[in-house]
Amino acid sequence: MIANRGEIAVRVIRSCKSLGIETVLAASEVDLDSLPARLADRTVCIGPARPSDSYLKVDTIVQAALGVKADAIHPGYGFLSERAALARLCEEEGVIFIGPTSAQIEAVGDKLRARAEAEAAGVPTAPGGPVETVGEAMMLGREIGPPFLIKAVGGGGGRGMKRVDRLEDLPDAMKLAAAEAGAAFGDARVYLERFVARGRHVEVQILGDGEKHVVHAGERDCSVQRRYQKLIEETPAPGLSTDFRARIHEAAVQFAERLSYRGAGTVEFLVDVERDAFYFLEMNARIQVEHPISEAVTGIDLVAEQIAIADGRGLRFKQADIQAQGCAIECRINAEDPARDFHPSPGTVRSAVWPAGDGIRVDTHIVSGARISPFYDSLMAKIIAHGPNRSSALARMRRAIAETRIEGVATNLAFHADVLTDPEFERGGVDTSYVPRFVERRRPSQEVGANG
Amino acid sequence: MTLTAKDVAEIMRLLEQSSFDNLSLEMDGVKLNLQRGSAAPMQPAPAPPVAARQPSKPEPQAPPRARPSSEPGLSEVASPLLGIFYRAPKPGEPPFVEVGSKVNKDTVIGIVEVMKLMNSVHAGITGEVVEILAENGVLVEYGEVLLRVRPEA
Repeated sequence: MIANRGEIAVRVIRSCKSLGIETVLAASEVDLDSLPARLADRTVCIGPARPSDSYLKVDTIVQAALGVKADAIHPGYGFLSERAALARLCEEEGVIFIGPTSAQIEAVGDKLRARAEAEAAGVPTAPGGPVETVGEAMMLGREIGPPFLIKAVGGGGGRGMKRVDRLEDLPDAMKLAAAEAGAAFGDARVYLERFVARGRHVEVQILGDGEKHVVHAGERDCSVQRRYQKLIEETPAPGLSTDFRARIHEAAVQFAERLSYRGAGTVEFLVDVERDAFYFLEMNARIQVEHPISEAVTGIDLVAEQIAIADGRGLRFKQADIQAQGCAIECRINAEDPARDFHPSPGTVRSAVWPAGDGIRVDTHIVSGARISPFYDSLMAKIIAHGPNRSSALARMRRAIAETRIEGVATNLAFHADVLTDPEFERGGVDTSYVPRFVERRRPSQEVGANG
Repeated sequence: MTLTAKDVAEIMRLLEQSSFDNLSLEMDGVKLNLQRGSAAPMQPAPAPPVAARQPSKPEPQAPPRARPSSEPGLSEVASPLLGIFYRAPKPGEPPFVEVGSKVNKDTVIGIVEVMKLMNSVHAGITGEVVEILAENGVLVEYGEVLLRVRPEA
């Protein structure tokens, strides 16, 4: 049973079909006519559109799985994928959860605990640590030096963070951050880290069998992001030395080994460009949106491996079996309008023509006539371009973006087209401040709107 | 063993009452394909080519399939939740309602269980129960029609 929607539901159903596995889609009322609902062998309606009444209801999902006699639940990403409660209820009810154990989800979901695990595994973390009082914060602040980042223990993915540039501003910011964290996450604990001015977001894909065996499938550079929302990802990360790359892979494997991690996961790092160092950020205990670029270069079907691991068949690859070929890049096509500050633009897609051809893969649930609901995220499709080297992958992606035609809703296609021809991006290795700077630069030249 | 006309009729009746649209049965060289829906031909309907789908007007969401009602003007009582439907308060006890029962807005017509949590389902309308569609102890989906009521004028 697939407890998700959109392109990832389509993605999982496709792997299941290739493996001869029967699929049931657990869908909300507004998704009964969606592409995944049409591809699944059966669809059950779990509730109304609002996620809290459907996709986020742990009991309903497990009841649906039991009711249709599903052997396993694939949670996709988002929604309940990293809720320990779902994994735990599956464990109790004898339904296979295609993912890590509930204990592992808890271990990485608590950012402070994850940080402590990273330290114990010998994985570098950004200078800093937990702070309970203003006094402690000032002491630690003096030691590591500004600028700082105050992070909520219960946060993650860019939520619950506060930047502080001066030591004297730390006490007030600390009090505010703790209050906000308490309100937003029900957990007022915060920790202090040095803010990395020029950072790149590099993450490592890993697979673990749950018995201390872990392999990695290379890294992905996700530095092209806006307000922590990734827009373009690529592998390999441009411009890293062979030695640096090997160290970051090894760190991810060490971290996952320490947890005896089971399934597919991603260890995220912040690469400090100025110091030529990397720090552990967090681990994502699920399949990621951007997993197809790793699949493109390694030839591994990560969803099929998730299923095999969940089925108790362990790792079917040794590290030496995993060889990356060429470069792959992914553009996330969102129903949002860059001309209006990337505002979501839900509506009905009058027509959708997706690209194809050499080295192009499109993961999407959007066909002509599909409706984009305001209840869900605005991701319409992921276009993945693969080539023998970065310039050929980029050339293919430019061609693919130009081929894409979406009518009825605003998209960020024009934004992608512009980034792909921007000399700074073409050089490779941009840091996470790239998109805001690029948007500033681009503004005067495009006041006429950016409909795809 | 072969299929008699009576068997086929029985199978058709089961399909009618189930939540499935198609049934394929193969036994002893006999192949039986059944499909719900009056107008459709008796062959497995291939899924429409997805890309070629007409950009249709936003059609109203089709609720989970239910067999057509026997008379016009009936009101449907739909399940407010996905779960296991029970017609009686406890196994062995008489059902909350039967065909012919009079109900009002607050009459409990069944229970939907979600992971051991029992949720009462109310008729929400005044009238007489004409058809009961949901079977005892089976999974019902959100919005699935449980029974039909002839509203009181």
